[in-house]
Amino acid sequence: MVTATVKTVPVRHCDFEAKVKTAGSGPPLVYLHAAGGPIWDPFVEGLCERYTVYAPHHPGTGETARDAIRSVDNLWDLVIIYEEIFDALNLQSVPLIGTSFGGMMACEFAAHRPERVSKMVVLDPIGLWREDLPVAPYMLMPPDRLVATLYKHLDSPAVQAALQMPNDPKEVAVATADLVWALGATGKFVWPIPDKGLKKRMHRIKAPTLIVWGEDDALVSSLYAKEFAARIANSRIEIIKDCGHVPQVERLEVLKPIVEKFLSA
Amino acid sequence: MKVTMFHFMPYRDLPEDFPGKLPSAWVDTPWWEYGDANKVTDYYNWSIDELMLAAKLGFDAIGTNEHHQNPYGFMCNPNLFGAMLAKLTRDQGLDQVALLQLGATISSSPPVRLAEEYAVIDCLSGGRLIAGLPTGLGNDVSVSNGITPMEHRERWREGVDFILKAWTAKEFFAWNGKYTQLPKVNLWPRPVQDPHPPVVIPGAASSSTWDYCHDNNFPYAYLSYFGGKSAYNVMDRFWQRAAAKGRDANPYRASFLQIVGVAETDRKAEEIFSKHVEYFYHKLLHLPLYYINPPGNADYKSLLNILMSGTNMLQIGDFTTDLKLLKAKDMIEKEFVVVGSPATVRDKLEAMAKRLNIGHLMVALQFGSMPHELANKNIELFAREVLPHLQKLWEDQPWENHWWPKKLRKRPTRRREMATA
Repeated sequence: MVTATVKTVPVRHCDFEAKVKTAGSGPPLVYLHAAGGPIWDPFVEGLCERYTVYAPHHPGTGETARDAIRSVDNLWDLVIIYEEIFDALNLQSVPLIGTSFGGMMACEFAAHRPERVSKMVVLDPIGLWREDLPVAPYMLMPPDRLVATLYKHLDSPAVQAALQMPNDPKEVAVATADLVWALGATGKFVWPIPDKGLKKRMHRIKAPTLIVWGEDDALVSSLYAKEFAARIANSRIEIIKDCGHVPQVERLEVLKPIVEKFLSA
Repeated sequence: MKVTMFHFMPYRDLPEDFPGKLPSAWVDTPWWEYGDANKVTDYYNWSIDELMLAAKLGFDAIGTNEHHQNPYGFMCNPNLFGAMLAKLTRDQGLDQVALLQLGATISSSPPVRLAEEYAVIDCLSGGRLIAGLPTGLGNDVSVSNGITPMEHRERWREGVDFILKAWTAKEFFAWNGKYTQLPKVNLWPRPVQDPHPPVVIPGAASSSTWDYCHDNNFPYAYLSYFGGKSAYNVMDRFWQRAAAKGRDANPYRASFLQIVGVAETDRKAEEIFSKHVEYFYHKLLHLPLYYINPPGNADYKSLLNILMSGTNMLQIGDFTTDLKLLKAKDMIEKEFVVVGSPATVRDKLEAMAKRLNIGHLMVALQFGSMPHELANKNIELFAREVLPHLQKLWEDQPWENHWWPKKLRKRPTRRREMATA
């Protein structure tokens, strides 16, 4: 276990008091979490072995004030907040990793400030829309269906560990409220269809990009990998077999060397 | 007490095996498999006729509401119906009947359009509008109309503020809101009622809505399908909040909605209404929680309160209860529905109104699959045997109803005679 600290980073835009979880040593790397809120999982831990990982918490989630999301009106606000976080942390040109919703935000940021992203890895990102491949309505599902949409192998130990809830009923209540609120706070920027113009902006992305997808992703089909690749000039695709929407949980042993190799190349 | 005949305007002929495997009756019922526009022609016309029959038979108001993409009720814009009812009642000399629009969903329509439409109904009817300002259900606002759940309630608050100002401003104004921006507002027409029509805030049991009502001196309409008994806790807390905010216990601050079936005897009532009760609860209310409350809809504090309380606040009868396990007999026993002889229905409704301290009762006398003839019969029997009795309730008390159209607050002699006949 690496020791992580949470930095408070006040940003001017939207008067947002950003919280950035930080751990590891080495050159900086930024990690953007998924719609369910910040999770410090073995994948992120692994990144800390070689990098100083900065993991900002989306407004309203994690360590941030829950109502912080109220003053972030639109996607433009959110992208500017990330830019100000990069400024505050003096991150000039760094690798950026984003998963699912965080993958979309990574693309948005890399399109907005192409020079600030040296390399990019996106894991099963949302952000594009094909009529014939609708992204699953993950905000409109009972918990059991949501879980079944996220993972291919529900009974695997890694998935079970990721789904582990605390024992104390009060902690369960807080964790559940946090999860629902995180879905709402991230959903603010993708409701009701996660297609908010990214396709018009992606041509601006300069960073060499690795697009990773779980082959059997039931939330956003792995056929979207080609859609991202077609719009990001310097990109390539890695499809992870026998894997759902969350490769960093279901196939960490496959994902880890792929990402490490890409980042160190 | 003021009694409103309220209409959902449901699809009345869903097949026996509905909903089958459909995850929800709302949003997910394919029109092309279940809907028949020729039947809907009848439903709309019957529903209007049923409301007009109630108007003729002495109800204080007739009521409509808005829902989308479902067979439960689809007066998609209630103001289309309110406008028709304004004209029809006026032409038929029924100028004592109020028009309760419970109403147009504020968060999902341009507020300027709603302010105009309500003003039109008030003008058409000569000042008989009661303007419902509902927050709306998540499924209607966010799923069927695409509004971001996190913005649902903010839009509602801004919309209500806008409508009240647009009705009353005596000068041009610019509205630079978060969700509505208009450089020059000058509403045509304005309502007949001065300063504006009475408003009512319908809600499901959210404490923030009660506080909003008390802060603004607006009345509250508790919409539940689980009857008076399941509403004790909610309405007690509503009145506690009223006291805490320095508001009196005037029963006209509160309304309650109740499904009612009346027949000659208790046994006959159970016999003829049971299948329509089950149709309503098993088929039309097949609505999962994840549609009603998509993430972001409830604020974090309420969310945590609900989850922390361990049990659900209503004890029974919120949407986490599996209604399909209950038979009509159970639902009559639990008083989700009030079904029985005129004496039974009178006693139950009176006891409920007194216990909840409500000055307004809305009754749904057509519900579920109930055919037109039976609905008419239910309305007639209720109007003759139950209504006059209920209308006398609270009359011996000093409370004034500040939330009813001014010209209708004093009951015409003609109706008082009918009520006491």
